[in-house]
Amino acid sequence: MAVETKTIAAAPGDTEMLISGSEACAEALALADIDVVTAYPIRPYDTVMQAIAKKIANGKLVAEYIVAEGEHSQFEIVKHASTVGARVFCGSSGVGWMYAMECLTVTPPLRVPMVAMVGNRALDDPGAFGVEHNDALVVRDLGWMLIWVDTAQEMLDTALLAYRIAEDRRVFLPIAISADGAFLTHSQALVQVPTKAKVDRFLPKYDRGDLQLHPDNPITVAPQANEDWVIEIRRQNNEAMTRAYTVIEEAYADFRKVFGRGPDNPWFEEYMTADAEVILMGMGTISLPLKVGIRNMRAQGKKVGLIRPRWFRPFPTEKMVAALSRASAIGVIDRDYSFGSPFGSGVVANEVRAALYNADKRPPLLSFIGGLGGREVTLEDVYKTADMCFAAATAGKSDLKTHWLGVRE
Amino acid sequence: MAEVFTNATQVLQGFKGVKKVSVEEYFTSGHRTCQGCESALVMRLMIKAAGPRTIVLGATGCMYVANTTYYTTPWVVPWMHTQLGSSGSAALGTAAGLKALMKKGRMKAEPINVIAFCGDGGGADMGLGAISATLTHKEYNCLILLYDNESYANTDIQASGSTPYGANTTFSPPGSVKRIMHNRWKKNTAGMLAAGHPECRYVATVDASYAVDMMNKVRKALSIGGPTFIHSFDPCPKGWDFDPMLSHELGELAVETGIFPLYEVEDGVVRHYGKTRAIAEGRPRKPVREYLLKQGRFAHFTEEDLDYFQAKVDEMWEKWEIPGVIPFWKEKRPAVPMP
Ligand SMILES: Cc1ncc(C[n+]2csc(CCOP(=O)(O)OP(=O)(O)O)c2C)c(N)n1
Ligand code: SF4
Ligand SMILES: [Mg+2]
Repeated sequence: MAVETKTIAAAPGDTEMLISGSEACAEALALADIDVVTAYPIRPYDTVMQAIAKKIANGKLVAEYIVAEGEHSQFEIVKHASTVGARVFCGSSGVGWMYAMECLTVTPPLRVPMVAMVGNRALDDPGAFGVEHNDALVVRDLGWMLIWVDTAQEMLDTALLAYRIAEDRRVFLPIAISADGAFLTHSQALVQVPTKAKVDRFLPKYDRGDLQLHPDNPITVAPQANEDWVIEIRRQNNEAMTRAYTVIEEAYADFRKVFGRGPDNPWFEEYMTADAEVILMGMGTISLPLKVGIRNMRAQGKKVGLIRPRWFRPFPTEKMVAALSRASAIGVIDRDYSFGSPFGSGVVANEVRAALYNADKRPPLLSFIGGLGGREVTLEDVYKTADMCFAAATAGKSDLKTHWLGVRE
Repeated sequence: MAEVFTNATQVLQGFKGVKKVSVEEYFTSGHRTCQGCESALVMRLMIKAAGPRTIVLGATGCMYVANTTYYTTPWVVPWMHTQLGSSGSAALGTAAGLKALMKKGRMKAEPINVIAFCGDGGGADMGLGAISATLTHKEYNCLILLYDNESYANTDIQASGSTPYGANTTFSPPGSVKRIMHNRWKKNTAGMLAAGHPECRYVATVDASYAVDMMNKVRKALSIGGPTFIHSFDPCPKGWDFDPMLSHELGELAVETGIFPLYEVEDGVVRHYGKTRAIAEGRPRKPVREYLLKQGRFAHFTEEDLDYFQAKVDEMWEKWEIPGVIPFWKEKRPAVPMP
């Protein structure tokens, strides 16, 4: 089921490579000349660490490569390396990401611009290798910027963008790039790898400035603050996240100038939405069955389109509302769950509902949960979803149930 | 192979006597620790020994919460908080960051001391795995200093794996039915780390009652190259319930009774030092009751408890393969049911 995707013309000097999403990330990391990286095994993200290890072993990257004894240490080590001025990379999947939770918590308030890759994976128990987005989503309130990508090319480009955005002094917050386990981490595609010269033009060196921990700059970082100051510090975090909106727009504009590719709209991909009556939404590689299904439905005259959110934090509220308000009904497919949440919906559906609350035009919104644990989202699922949305569009209202796709009842 | 590898970048000679110790202070006013807090003294001596070209990372605990408050930090050198179980990772990450930047010419190459400290809760319990890992990464120069006040002091004095047998803590209060709530023998942290990390070049135990010795061990740990570990023994007036004026004396008594042995393990060679050396050579130890009965945390001890404690300390010196350091027994013992 081939999807019509625009082929990216190779720019002069670029190399075309057949590589997986994880390998594409490693290409970006070598181009970004990272300084310290920490590894710990868990599938499926660990393929990126294997790819980096090969690069270092073969002299394609000079960096401290530390095999940690657990994810807690894995994230703490790079956090500290970043505070002395090193560009760092880390990552994990599923319960590994949860094991690092304390360290994930402290990284944003320390204003550490770490870039991490999450190879999204179902949480235990029971054990499952396949994708679910609950791992990365767990940090959504803590000051991490979160982005989902759906191709190896987008992974490479986003990794370069991520350093540029995170290390911008106006932001100084960590970024987690989510890649669906197996579907993206392990699937190969043709990727245009840019030259180092172009990357150097796009990506300045990390400069920690007066926050650098060094004997020449004897500062105290994170002293005990208590109620005297904590709310101001939280507010500063919030302002950094707010400033990220501008920084992200700027970075993508520059990216397009330097590399001659990249989306005009950094925040989400729109596919056949111009005249769409029904807009389906889903993050990550679920875009593949959705796009195929949409094309098939279009052939039958059904006006369906797709919005695939990239940035989940910061959330592009106004832009998203403007894009969704055009539709007569919206169907959100969450590859995650939030037990006991309003309407028992997934995280994305409820975020979109919240964003739409004050909108002048609020199309009916249907909430779906599907593809958990890496379960295939089939074309039948897509058609069923769209049909329910069309029915809601006609009725002018949606039910408030959350529909689980393809579940054995 | 008879050699050891080194990546030492500096030599910090030991201070030859207290009069030769630098007068500069890098841990000054501003901390809010209890009167008589030996851990605060350890901080002061530690950084005096290391000097100004040092980065200090401090794990959560009294030496963070009571010690380093926003706007009143006592640290003159760069200082950063790290998580309770992260002293090993903090030392490693900081050292790795410096190394990468110096290697790539983005930072002036020079010896910068990296010291991460932790309490007994943070180091001997929660962060033990991370410390262990760091001690295997021999290419990074850093020191982990565990200040042992024998409880989770900051959270209100709770039993840790480093709390002595029988001590009254808020998690082990003596009651009318159970007199001894904490029946675990104290972990042998320094010995275990020395034995378990054959490429770690330096592990030592120190006691701030012997300040010059203590500072010189820090200087050696920072000079020798690679990751190193120091365990300091810190009387804590609040947690142990004694008059603050006795801190220094209790530090001495712990050594003189043989409860806390002073030793260093350098490239695998064990050396007892100070008063511990005399004990290891067979000089009589003071009875443990002289130490225990000065502290409220042992006030509920019966004669039987005191005897038990004494017998366990006797074993350290009479039965262990390497007295006071490695608890491998020379002979097999009969097993009897738990009391
Ligand atoms: C992950 C985590 N769990 C629990 C705590 C609560 N806590 C703060 S300080 C502290 C005591 C630490 O004890 P120790 O390392 O011995 O240092 P001390 O307070 O005795 O100086 C604890 C348990 C914490 N900060 N982090
Ligand atoms: S409780 Fe103990 S370790 Fe903590 S500040 Fe007081 S004396 Fe020092
Ligand atoms: Mg303690």
